[in-house]
Amino acid sequence: MSDDVTFRVFRGEPNDEGIPIGEMVDYTVEMDEGMVVLDVIHSIQAEHAPDLSCRWNCKAGKCGSCGAEVNGKPRLMCMTRMEDILEETPDGSPVVVKPMQAFPLTKDLVADVQWSYDLNKTIPPLQGPDEVDWKFNQNEANRIQEFRSCIECLLCVNTCHVMREHHLFDEFAGPRFFVRLANLEMHPMDQGNRLSKIKDEYGIGYCNITRCCTEVCPAGINITDNAIIPLKERVVTEYYDPLAWVAKKIGLRK
Amino acid sequence: MSEVTTHEYDVVIIGAGGAGLRAAIEATREGVSVAVICKSMLGKAHTVMAEGGAAAALGNKDPRDTWEIHFRDTMKGGKYLNDWRMAEIHAKESPDRIRELEQWGAIFDRTPEGLTNQRNFGGHTYPRLAHIGDATGLEMIRTLQERGIHSGMEVFMEYTVRRIFTNGDKVTGCFAYNRTDGSLHVFKAKSIVLATGGITRCWAVCSGSWEYSGEGHALAYWAGAEMGDMEFVQFHPTGMIWPPSVRGILVTEGVRGEGGMLTNSEGERFMFNYVPEMYREEFADSEGEAMDWVNSIVADETPTARRPPELLTRDVVAKAINSEREAGRASEHGGAYLDISWRPEEQVRKKLPGMYHQFMELAAVDITKEKMEVGPTAHYVMGGVKVDPITQESTISGLFAAGEAATGLHGANRLGGNSLSDLVTFGKRAGQYAAQKASSVNEFEEIPANEIDQVVTETLAPLGRKGGENPAKVVEDLRNMMQEKVGIIRQGTQLQEALDELEGFRLREATTSPGGTRIYNPGWHQSLEIGAMIDISKMCAMAALSREESRGGHTRLDFPTPDYGYWGKVNSVIVMDSNGGMNLSHIKYPPIPQHLKDLLDADDLHEEE
Repeated sequence: MSDDVTFRVFRGEPNDEGIPIGEMVDYTVEMDEGMVVLDVIHSIQAEHAPDLSCRWNCKAGKCGSCGAEVNGKPRLMCMTRMEDILEETPDGSPVVVKPMQAFPLTKDLVADVQWSYDLNKTIPPLQGPDEVDWKFNQNEANRIQEFRSCIECLLCVNTCHVMREHHLFDEFAGPRFFVRLANLEMHPMDQGNRLSKIKDEYGIGYCNITRCCTEVCPAGINITDNAIIPLKERVVTEYYDPLAWVAKKIGLRK
Repeated sequence: MSEVTTHEYDVVIIGAGGAGLRAAIEATREGVSVAVICKSMLGKAHTVMAEGGAAAALGNKDPRDTWEIHFRDTMKGGKYLNDWRMAEIHAKESPDRIRELEQWGAIFDRTPEGLTNQRNFGGHTYPRLAHIGDATGLEMIRTLQERGIHSGMEVFMEYTVRRIFTNGDKVTGCFAYNRTDGSLHVFKAKSIVLATGGITRCWAVCSGSWEYSGEGHALAYWAGAEMGDMEFVQFHPTGMIWPPSVRGILVTEGVRGEGGMLTNSEGERFMFNYVPEMYREEFADSEGEAMDWVNSIVADETPTARRPPELLTRDVVAKAINSEREAGRASEHGGAYLDISWRPEEQVRKKLPGMYHQFMELAAVDITKEKMEVGPTAHYVMGGVKVDPITQESTISGLFAAGEAATGLHGANRLGGNSLSDLVTFGKRAGQYAAQKASSVNEFEEIPANEIDQVVTETLAPLGRKGGENPAKVVEDLRNMMQEKVGIIRQGTQLQEALDELEGFRLREATTSPGGTRIYNPGWHQSLEIGAMIDISKMCAMAALSREESRGGHTRLDFPTPDYGYWGKVNSVIVMDSNGGMNLSHIKYPPIPQHLKDLLDADDLHEEE
């Protein structure tokens, strides 16, 4: 590993129309053993550019604040080791760091993710029984604990082509929120039903199962297979399965 | 003067971790208007980093557990400097606070009977910590967040509060700036809840994020509130120590709760040599007995053997690791080895998934096959805003505090797991009583324009300076100084040096020039944090210099033993005097009633001295 590393970092702000205006700026800093990308960003702030914007908190992959695109790949900066980055970066080339591209820009490496907070509020909460000390076993817990491990970094949303290329933020809830909806729908004590919203408001039909979200999830959640596909199946059964429709009519199914 | 936007909320809650969100849920339930102001985005606060679990005597795992034993463990772990009234409330109410989280969506790990499972932790007599793997904090903050967003609270994300306004000794509101766009805001409020977490960013090796700069503690102090127990800082025994860039990141006590063993460079399980007299009867005195206990835990049986000494309280384990290093028996990079690899791989990965990934990805260590290397890291401050044990109101009318920002529950040393249950127990109370207080106030008070002008001027000042120091350098030097002179082992001469040097940092603070604009400028934000860090560091050094004994999270090389006659019975109080000076005194809590005293270990109390 060489002693110095050069980063090419996006610096800029949106103009009045919200279009990012900025430039890629090169910074060279000294490397130390075991550094991650976020350490290098902090070194740049400490030595060259105190006003370089980036979000971070836990520095251990638990809070999901520091998502960015490093050499074109969406990742958590705090969990991306420089050793691995240097291996993939061609000799003599800088490491390229940009903010998540699917979201509007705030400044430099900070993206505006207000959309996710607004959308989250529209999801009907858990509806369980009033009695305390709920009983369900670890196998039932396992299924949704996978979804509960989501750190809301939104790298999945940033990667999803429905968002990134087609910008359907108003019609599609995106992988993060299908994980959340799967958590609620599969909760052993939940008595609610969100399928009509999942079909219409949250547009689950837009997902064509390319698995890009699953590939970038730093929490290792199997978003496509364990959350989205089961929700799609439930929607199909509820709204498009003629046998189920008949069974419902004559009272065999709810 | 720059434009300032004015808001009015009955209750303003500063901080959106576990305590702040729980307070918001409770305050909205009382029917008042509530604003939550937080430095990070919602769901990213420090609670998200908590790992091991939330302690509550549910008795699901071991039916012998009761609130009385939890109360006794908390007081003993705190070396009897706790506010016994808070310890009693916490032990009694925390089970209900945990149960309600489950109804709000939390999915804790289950017992074979299908109930919330509980894990062993240092200083807790029975398995007591509700948990989800080693990501309990994430579960708690997400649960409270998901409940909170439907409660009607308004959230002001990425805002920093710079000043709390008072009229006489009554809260009237606060001033904040928006970190994203640099806009300036006054919040008129009838009551304010400080749920701002801790201060451990003042040390170079810490488990805290940038948010832990102590601004919440400083806001209360500047507003005139009494601050207590500021000498007591918990150094968690197991932080990562290698590679250098990860130094300080927490390694959950859950590793030891699941049977993790600490060894030195000679392969010796050294904790057997560090069992304090007050704990001797409760801990195994041989590796065989410790192994019997662990085997029972692994087999999901109630143990009959005594617990391994790795599960002693954090203050004891941290100092033991430090002593081994001083004696030349440190691990390769200056700490100790922690080994869980003797357990089957799938168990380690289910019980400690976060630790597995953390070590694999940050240190290239596979903890299912290799030992970890760990060492002490500044983790938690037991000290904070002095509050009424029932209402959580500070000595300033209408100013409440809960969670790490408040003091009292933990005494001289906090037990692991008692923080997450503290957040929800006293967060609820703070929200409830802050709302009731607000309901008793008819009108918002005017905040004098000159006070607003002054804080606006101070807030914008760093952006107008040129050619000064990078604030990051000043903060780095301050943290290194605190690490060296007000660290895990302290002595009078160094504490005095720290106090002298802190005045020099004030001069440097006044010259920092971050450059850039008001739009999302971390350099500017950091310039503004330094003042709080200096005052907090001073409180800690000052209270530590005066306490001439060693107890819990405060260890003096020049006074190495506990003093039962005087210091073991008094708590420090710091308040700003009328000239702006920092004034230190010592007080006693009211005497503990006999029925509670009967729950404690009589030998520990040293009443004759």
